[in-house]
Formats: sequence, structure tokens, C-alpha cells
Amino acid sequence: MEQDAHPGFEYHNLLTEEEKKQHRQEMREVVLRPLRHTGIAGKLWIAFLVIVFLFGCYAYYLQLKNGLKVTAMRDYASWGLYISNFVFFVAISLVGALISSVLRLTNFSWYRPITRIAEIIAVSGIIFAGLIIIVDMGRPDRVLNLFTHGRIQSPIVWDVIIVSTYLVMSILFLYFPLLPAIAYCRDTLTEKPKWQRWIYKKLALGWTGSHTQWRLMKKSIAIICILIIPLAISIHTVTAWLFATTLRPGWDSTNFGPYFVAGAFQAGTACVIIAMFVFRKAYNLQKYITEVHFNQMGKLLVFLCLIYAYFNLNEYLVPAYKMRGAEGKLLNDLFTGHYAPLYWSVQVFGMALPAVLLLWKKARKPLPVAIIALAVVVAAWFKRYLIVTPIMLHPYTPIQNVPANWAVYFPTWIEIAIVSASLAGVLLIITVFSKFFPIVSIWETLENEGIELEEMDNPEK
Amino acid sequence: MEKNNKEDSQRRKFLKYGLFAGGAALAGLGIHKKLFADSIPESGQKVKVMTADGKLMEVDSNHMHHMAETVITNVQAREGIEGKKFVMVIDMARCANARKCVESCQKMHHRKPPVEWIKVKKMQDAPDSSPYWMAQPCFHCDNPPCTKVCPVDATFKRKDGVVLIDNDRCIGCRFCMAACPYNARVFNWGNDWGVASKAAQDSASAEGNTCANNSIESSMQDKMGTVSKCDFCVDMARQQKLPDCVTNCPNGTLFFGDANEDVVTNGEDTFRLSELIRDRGGYRYLEELGTEPRVYYLPAVERQFPFEEDKVIHNPVE
Repeated sequence: MEQDAHPGFEYHNLLTEEEKKQHRQEMREVVLRPLRHTGIAGKLWIAFLVIVFLFGCYAYYLQLKNGLKVTAMRDYASWGLYISNFVFFVAISLVGALISSVLRLTNFSWYRPITRIAEIIAVSGIIFAGLIIIVDMGRPDRVLNLFTHGRIQSPIVWDVIIVSTYLVMSILFLYFPLLPAIAYCRDTLTEKPKWQRWIYKKLALGWTGSHTQWRLMKKSIAIICILIIPLAISIHTVTAWLFATTLRPGWDSTNFGPYFVAGAFQAGTACVIIAMFVFRKAYNLQKYITEVHFNQMGKLLVFLCLIYAYFNLNEYLVPAYKMRGAEGKLLNDLFTGHYAPLYWSVQVFGMALPAVLLLWKKARKPLPVAIIALAVVVAAWFKRYLIVTPIMLHPYTPIQNVPANWAVYFPTWIEIAIVSASLAGVLLIITVFSKFFPIVSIWETLENEGIELEEMDNPEK
Repeated sequence: MEKNNKEDSQRRKFLKYGLFAGGAALAGLGIHKKLFADSIPESGQKVKVMTADGKLMEVDSNHMHHMAETVITNVQAREGIEGKKFVMVIDMARCANARKCVESCQKMHHRKPPVEWIKVKKMQDAPDSSPYWMAQPCFHCDNPPCTKVCPVDATFKRKDGVVLIDNDRCIGCRFCMAACPYNARVFNWGNDWGVASKAAQDSASAEGNTCANNSIESSMQDKMGTVSKCDFCVDMARQQKLPDCVTNCPNGTLFFGDANEDVVTNGEDTFRLSELIRDRGGYRYLEELGTEPRVYYLPAVERQFPFEEDKVIHNPVE
């Protein structure tokens, strides 16, 4: 296994300078190919995402014009799909910190070719988390009131602070390791239009690959690497507190912070596995994103599913032992009532089954692990729906004398269109990013194989 | 004799100052006219008014300014009425689910069904215990979960115990609605959401039972995308009037009053608050949540009416 984890490490140490240069050149060619050409499938994919996104924009225009009455939310289910989608986006954004930071600090090295995928998922997730929460607001025109009249006592203000901080940190965490690649794009992608080359030139910050630059970059990464861990844990803990600071049965739980963080790591890891699979196929990256990575990520997912299962036990089984009042009714509705099919599908296909199946090595091959990861992500999305909606519809006071549609919640086409647009938006950011910048970090991957780009940039030493 | 003289001189002083004030007011009016004569067009209709010093004057109707409707400033509306601690007692032994509190509240605040700021719910504590009707306004909690979570201080707690909403500041995040364990808050999901027709508004205003001032206190400024709720009718309290839900209950179920004065009334009967809740087993709804509501309930014992199921489906459509 250890041999698998560092493929060819010993071998590359024996490479001559010439061979190292060859390896570097080969990797640059492979990784930059998607930047040079976009096939018909890629174009169709981008067009599809743009259409879904624009359709969602139209739906949002209708919502702005007519108010939130175009949604299925009413006075009892006053939070719905937007909030659960917000929680989902915050959740997947945590993976950036897990893959790039936790694994780095714990001296793993197999993760290196997939850090960039994890980071771009984090950045696009957090951007759309911020946008979807504005979509949920009744008065988005007053969003600046958060700054002019902000109350630090409100968990929403904590969320605003932490989401914006995490966004900046994640962008930096994506950007700094990207500098050598941007410089290489600047120097070699001469066939690109003027504006794109101008962007490369500006973004490269005059990178020449000097010792000072390399040292500064690596030092910055090391600092962010540590800073981002408490930030990532805070961002999802605070999101959990949006619910846990209320008195509602089902949210009124001290377990909510770690429960959310555990779920976030699990969902985000599954997202990275899917992205790895797609990029590997679409961009022919088999040489750099290898079966080793799927194997390792599969194992990581087992571990995270088990941790999440532990928090689920605490969240559902302990109150279920007591079956207290309103919370008991809610749990009955989840376990055997109206929400039971969804609840059990989510728990089984999104947590229990993946944890068991991935124990077999065969299930950790690229295709099966990607399919399992897809199930985890879909289940994770519905899990957030189950965390928001059933609780809103199980308040302390009975729901009486209301129109029939107030006592239930099923999203309208406008909500579905907007949420689809936000999902398409996340995928669009990831796709467009991968068309402008290499999706696999060249220097980090080669460094893992014993080829130091810093030394190659500065041969005199 | 000496006392009379003193009173006399005081009266003179008062008249003197009064005249001076009146003169100043007139001068002020003149200046005002000079300054703003162009900005407010005259309607041509003259209205007779009496000045503070007893002179009858004619003023153009467009230049009238109703002192009684003087806007309570946001600062005043946030502070509350000095020396008061508003409180409500709901005697469930008297409630027959007439729903007049709901309807009169809607009428007064120019709402229409299904938007209810006060709700009447059928409650049953245990499977074998008798059901009863429970009117639920906003409880204006002393430890309010709603104001705690507001990110922009749009909903706030006043010194007189009342929790209000500034609809010009609310961003519509609905965190307060999620935080309220009593579901007292309603949202304006669309433009003119739940707002009564113009005709209904006019007839309510003609009857005089409509909100008095145009400040936050009247809760009439609610706009699309913001939260509204029961405001304990503090604008009425400013005019020494009871809330419409209290005065319109045919059975005198709801009592409104001031905890500082230790008195509550339903318009006919008046009680000492402390004695009433002591002698009648008063309690607060979901006391265990620690929200400290300002509404006390008297349990439905020795009922005036037997419990009758409601055959009518209220608010069947949106």
C-alpha cells in the first residue's frame, strides 16, 4: 500500500536532469491541453450549464418582481429549499480545507494532484452559498443593512463575517499554488486572445520562479494551511448555529455543530471524487489522477461516513430514546411517517451502504467509487432538506386554520429553477476555471515524485 | 385672600405666556407660510380652526396639520411608553371560539384572511383531557428569541415590554420566524400580502377603529418581503384605548393592562393582575422554554361555555 501511495518515488530520484525536464514538459503538455482545445462535448456541457443558469436568473427575476409568494414557503415553513441548499453549499466548501490542509499537515502526500479540484469546489461552493442566501432574503435590496445596522449578537452576522473570510482565504489558497502555472500559461499560451493573455500577465504577479518567489509562496501556503482549519470548522459550525440557537424541536441540539462539520467533510469528499472522475476522463489525466487516488479517497470516505454515522446516532437515536413531546412527533414522522422513505433512503444510500461497500477494494476502483460518491452527494443534498423542512412543519403550537398549502411544503418550479441554477453555477465556475487554468497542480504533483520545480527553475544552485 | 391673589397672579401669568405663545405660533405660521407658500398648493377650501388662544381662524384645507396624528419618531417608538409594562391575560374559561378577536384585529390593521396576527387554536393537553380554545397573540416575551437573532435590529424589545418590528429596516431573512417557538410572526410574502381591500379599509377607518399614528408602533408600514406580527396595539395605548381584540370579544376573554399598575381590564371587568393570576391558576404558555411571555393564561376550568367543535373551515384558501 505504501508503495502505491508514492508511485515511483525512488525511481524518480534516480532520474537525470534531462529526464526530469522531459517529465515536466510532458505533464505541462497533458495538463494544458484542455486549455488549448475544447471539444464538442465540452462546449455542449458549458452551453447546458449556461442555459440552466440563465433560466434560474429568469425565475429569480419573477421572484424579485412578485415577492417570495412565488415560492412554496409560507408562515409555518418559512425556510425551505434555499436554506437547505445554502447549508449544502457551505458543506461542500469545507472539503478544500480538508484535502489541502488537514492531509498536508498530517504528512500525507498522495492528495497533491487533487488539491486544486478540492479548492475550486470550495471557492465555487462558498460563492453560491453567499448568493443563495441573498436569493432567500425578502428584501435583497436592503442587504447593506447588515453592515449599517449589523448586530454582532446575531448568528447571521457571524455567518456573514465567517463566510466572507473563508471565501477570501479559499481564493488565496487556490491562487498562491497556481502562480507557477499562471506564469507558464502567460509564457506559452501565445495563441490565446489578448484579454486572456492580459489576465494571465496580471495574475502571474511577475512570477519568474526565483528562489525568493518560491519561498514566499510556500511560506504563504503553509500559513493559510493552518489558518484555514479553524475557519472551515467555524463556517459550518456557525451555519449549524443558525438552527441550533433556536428553540425549535429538532434544531434545539448541542450536537449540531460537529454533526454539520462531519456531514460537510463527508459530502465534500464525495464531491471531489466525482470531480476527479470526470476530469480524469474528460481531460485524459489518467497518468496524474490515478487509481491510487480513488482508492485512497474511497478509504477516506469510509472513515468520514463512519464519523458522520456516529453523529447521526447522537442526533436521532438519543432523542428517539426519550421521544419527548414535539420532538417525538417529528422523529416519528421521520422514522415511520411522511418523511420515512426519504429519510431512510438518505441514511442508507448516503451513509450506511457507502461505508460498507467501500470496504472492498473492488468498490474503490474509479467507476464504482464515483457512483457511490454520487449517491453520497445526492443523499447529502436531501439530508439538508430533511434538516430544514420537517422541523419547520413540526412546531410547538399546532398548525390550524391555515390554507392547505401552508401546512405542507413542496418547492415550486421557481424554487427548483433557482436552486438548479445555483448548482449549475457551481459547476460552471469549476468548468470555466478548468478551461483557464490547469486543474492539476504541476509543481505539487511532480514534487511528490521527487522532481523539484524550484530547483529546475533555479539550476545554478 | 393671599392664596386667591397668588392663584390670580398665576392665572395672569398663564394668560400672558399663553398669549405670547399664541403670538409666537402665529408668527411662526406666517414665517411658515412665507417659506412654504409655494411648495403646498392651496385647495381653495377653507377650514375653520381655533388657535391655542381661542381665536377662530380660516386656513386652507391643504395647510392643515393634525397635531393628534403627529408622527411618533423611530426613537420614541423604539423606547416605548414611559412607566408602562404592558401585559395581557387570556381567560380561557370565557372563550367560545367566536373569533371576534381575529376578525377585529384584521379589520383594525387592514388585513384580510388568512393573515392572522392573533390566532384561536384548539388545544388538548392529553388524549383524555378536555379540549379548549386558546387565543394566541404575540407573547411579547421578556426573553425574546426573535429579537436576539435579528441581524439588523429591525425587531426590538421596548422598555414597556412590547416587541415591535421596523418594516423599513427588516431584510426579510425570517430568522425571527424560525426562532419564535410560538409561530407568532407572519411574513409579507408578496406585494399587499393579506392587505384588505380599499373599501374594507375605508369602512374600518370610518368606524374609527384603525391605527392612530403612522409610526412603527401602528405596524401599518409592513411591506413586501418583511415580517409583521401582533403589536399589542401600543398606538391605541398611547391614546388610552384598549386593543381591538380585547374590546371586540363578546365574552370578555382577553384582558389588557399594565403590570406596573398591577391592573388588567377587558373593558367591563377590571382586576388586580397579581390577584387574578394567583387566584385563577394563571400560567404562561410553554413556560419551560424560558421565553418569559407577557401573556398569562387562566385555565379553562368552570367554563362559561361547553367545548364545541368548530364546524367551519377557516381560511380555506390563500
